[in-house]
Amino acid sequence: MDELLREYLPILVFIGVALGMAGVMVVASYVVARQNPDTEKVSAYECGFDPFDDARARFEVRFYLVSILFIIFDLEAAFLFPWAVVLNRIGIFGLASMLVFLGVLTVGFIYEWRKGALEWE
Amino acid sequence: MTAFVFYLFAALAIASGAMVVTARNPVHSVLFLILTFFNVAGLFILLGAEFVAMIMVIVYVGAVAVLFLFVVMMLDIHAVTLREGFTKILPVGAVVALVLFVELALVFGTWLMAPDLDAVRGAPTPAVGELSNTQAIGAVLYTDYVYLFQLAGIVLLVGMIGSIMLTLRARVGVKRQNPRTQANRPLEDCIEVKKVATGKGV
Amino acid sequence: MSELPNLIPALPEIFLALAGMALLMLGVFRKRDATRQVGHLALAAFAAAAVLALTFGGPRQVTFNGLFITDAFAVFAKLMVFGASAATLILALKWMEQENAARFEFPVLVVFAVLGMCAMISANDFLSLYMGLETQSLALYLIAAYQRDATRSTEAGLKYFVLGALASGLFLYGASLIYGFTGTTNFDSLAQGFEGAETVSPGVVVGLVFIICALAFKVSAVPFHMWTPDVYEGAPTPVTAFFSVAPKVAALALFLRVMSAPFGDLLAQWQQVIVAISVASMMLGGFAAIVQTNIKRLMAYSSIGHVGYALVGLAVGSAEGIGGVLVYMTIYLFMNVGTFAVILSMRANGRLVEGINDLSGLSKNRPVMAAALAVMMFSMAGIPPFAGFFGKFFIFKAAVDAGLIPLAVVGVLTSVVAAFYYLRIVKIIYFDEAGDQFEPMTAQARLVLGIASVFVAVFFLFPLPQIVLAADTAAKALFGG
Repeated sequence: MDELLREYLPILVFIGVALGMAGVMVVASYVVARQNPDTEKVSAYECGFDPFDDARARFEVRFYLVSILFIIFDLEAAFLFPWAVVLNRIGIFGLASMLVFLGVLTVGFIYEWRKGALEWE
Repeated sequence: MTAFVFYLFAALAIASGAMVVTARNPVHSVLFLILTFFNVAGLFILLGAEFVAMIMVIVYVGAVAVLFLFVVMMLDIHAVTLREGFTKILPVGAVVALVLFVELALVFGTWLMAPDLDAVRGAPTPAVGELSNTQAIGAVLYTDYVYLFQLAGIVLLVGMIGSIMLTLRARVGVKRQNPRTQANRPLEDCIEVKKVATGKGV
Repeated sequence: MSELPNLIPALPEIFLALAGMALLMLGVFRKRDATRQVGHLALAAFAAAAVLALTFGGPRQVTFNGLFITDAFAVFAKLMVFGASAATLILALKWMEQENAARFEFPVLVVFAVLGMCAMISANDFLSLYMGLETQSLALYLIAAYQRDATRSTEAGLKYFVLGALASGLFLYGASLIYGFTGTTNFDSLAQGFEGAETVSPGVVVGLVFIICALAFKVSAVPFHMWTPDVYEGAPTPVTAFFSVAPKVAALALFLRVMSAPFGDLLAQWQQVIVAISVASMMLGGFAAIVQTNIKRLMAYSSIGHVGYALVGLAVGSAEGIGGVLVYMTIYLFMNVGTFAVILSMRANGRLVEGINDLSGLSKNRPVMAAALAVMMFSMAGIPPFAGFFGKFFIFKAAVDAGLIPLAVVGVLTSVVAAFYYLRIVKIIYFDEAGDQFEPMTAQARLVLGIASVFVAVFFLFPLPQIVLAADTAAKALFGG
């Protein structure tokens, strides 16, 4: 177990460095920079947009369709990882079962293509 | 060291989980949810479940959270109106949480495996040393559990049909480009050669 | 590397999966609307799957590494599901054509829902149970929200989805508790482990209760029934007809198998829970239906009541009780399909109506339709010699034989209450002022209603002994007989 965790140590260090860097940048810009704001300086310049407005505009439902189709294929890809690492051991049967699985999703893919769900207009 | 990392991840997961339900802005809630997912992924790694941890990052952070964000954007809910029923529902939620907590405590308090069942155990997880987690899953998922694997494919297919059936609408009055008709268009339809007399114009 | 599992027992499921995909491709590649064609092929697919189930399903076989089981019980339940789905699909296709709501995805989703139901019925492991349940539920959520421009239909789909997801969560929680305490999710292994067990750890009991809650939700038994009236009312009527039969039979078959196969030896632990659910369902089904004015809501409460009666048979916990449930459900299918054939034909002045009062004076305008509906109502009320009486009779007899006399008494009393609102409909049809005349029934509705009412009216003569015998064999299969 410890050995496994040791392999992840670089990632932990990496996360630490990333957090540190981000923190330093935020803090440093407050500490080092000269700050002397007034109304004109912080307001939006000419046709620039207001930086503190509600960022949420209503999205169209088509974005949702794209993202849910993405999730489905993302999950399909997730099933491929464990399959790839043991393919030499599970043999023809393993290969065939993955092909059937991909076949089912290909049927879905053909359906969505023909339906025009992939077109944006 | 391991203990320190565990408490770090666990504390962050709980704190950001609490922020998910208390944040004023639903978009912030989703962002805290992503932070929770990351911390949970860290906890999974500490347990030795690498594959689940990576799936957590790829699927939950990469896809599910994005979908949540879309839904939050699409509904255009306002934090204030959303909050109205909150204090009314709070006691009920607290009771449900308490019940779940008591049950979990019960599970750990009276942890007692049925001894006769040891002989019939399903697929025991091999020790982390012999076989990595991903390999252990792969070794059974595509052969021993092929039935479940294929059913999962069908579930995904139904999800695909459903999302298209419920949301896709054929729009009227949209001008589409069709490369094939474009390329097959006879030359005569596109260009017309005209003899223009000098000084007269077309 | 493992061997290829024996695929023969799962042939109906494999066939349905392939048929579903083929129909999807057919529908999407046809230039014009292919709903009718896809629908008729789906009906053929159900017939073929039924033949496959009858041919290869018979004796008990376990395959896919213990995940999948087929036995006489599974075959019996699958035939009910195929029959019910085919009958409601026939009605739905015609109705959608009339309403201009035909889309070829509908029959395809029904095929996938039926595939999920078969997987539920044949589950021999909590994992395969869950996958079957999800396949079925996902398809059902979609067809509940099928009329996507109707607010009520989308609302029904959303409600069903949110509460269904909650039930799935409960189920997973219970199944993981059981896995945690026993180390296995396989029904055979669990049954082996619990054989003759004196005591059982509290974790298993908590897990079992969670699973009962989730399954009670799926069969819409009180106190997990709250979604039923809203979904039944909001969903398009042919979808309601489908919901009230096929998924109910599948979920109930699943309930019977889970309680009898792995947890059969823990009868003492779960019997009171089932008795409580059953009594509550019978009471609510009897009393809440009285005040309804919408016929679809009325059918929802009626189905809650019927599930209560069926659960009496489960509470008995013996092969006799389970056999009674199977007979009861067979009769319930015919009664419900017949009643919905009438509800789908409630169309006056080119508009669909769903109020109970819209039926007033039906006997003057459409005497045959009125007579058939009256037969259905008498049967639902359990008045002899109609089929419904025999269903109740077998269940109550099993309960009395097992010493659950109070339960049987509650059942009889609530039947009397329920008889009130069924007979009120008969009164409205025959003795009230005639209202608007309904348009004539379609040929499809006439066919379905005709078969159902003949079955219900002469049940005691012809198919009774055969069905009781088949149900008995099926029930014994569940107890390893």
